[in-house]
Amino acid sequence: MSNTFVVHLFAAVAERMRVRVLELTLPPGATVADARAWFARTSPDVIELIERSAVAVNHEYAADDRVLNPGDELAVIPPVSGG
Amino acid sequence: MFALTHDPIDHHALTESVRRDGCGAVVLFLGTVRDLTGEQVTVFLDYEAYPPMAEKKLSEIEAEVRRRWPVGEVAMVHRLGRLEVGEVSVAVAVSTPHRADAFEACRYAIDTLKELVPIWKKENAPDGSSSWIEGGTPS
Repeated sequence: MSNTFVVHLFAAVAERMRVRVLELTLPPGATVADARAWFARTSPDVIELIERSAVAVNHEYAADDRVLNPGDELAVIPPVSGG
Repeated sequence: MFALTHDPIDHHALTESVRRDGCGAVVLFLGTVRDLTGEQVTVFLDYEAYPPMAEKKLSEIEAEVRRRWPVGEVAMVHRLGRLEVGEVSVAVAVSTPHRADAFEACRYAIDTLKELVPIWKKENAPDGSSSWIEGGTPS
């Protein structure tokens, strides 16, 4: 068994990964930290930027120990610069 | 009231929309596209957002402004897409009975927007190069 999550990417992260939405499959009980580790394995060239980014789950900033539930929507939020 | 828009921001209409008979003070903040950041010349900016989360964060900021100050009305609009130098990228208008609260509430709203709302800008230089600007990392 595993869970598949939709992950939204933005700004410099989306540009460097050349994708704006991807699907991420993780085992049950996986956390935000596991999602970050997936990026470290699959996209080592952007990991430095992702390490400086926040992760959002269901439109809320999430800590690394947040457990992911089926259907959760993830997003990598690089340092924001609105205004 | 809050909104994300690709259209030019009508800051006069926005200011009028927060005026209330019980409010003797209205403060308007405008963020505009600057032509120079340090030595770097900007020709235009591209703004993008994560709209559902940006709207959630704007609604939380609005609720907090209403909780902390005696607000008649508060309005926040952020523009997205391509903006030329001099255009308005963000507007925050607040009305309160007295001016000190209006200044404080407006300052809080724009500062918190810049810190928490998932919106990003890319600076485009005269030579065709561009770079995403990094502000803060929310935690």
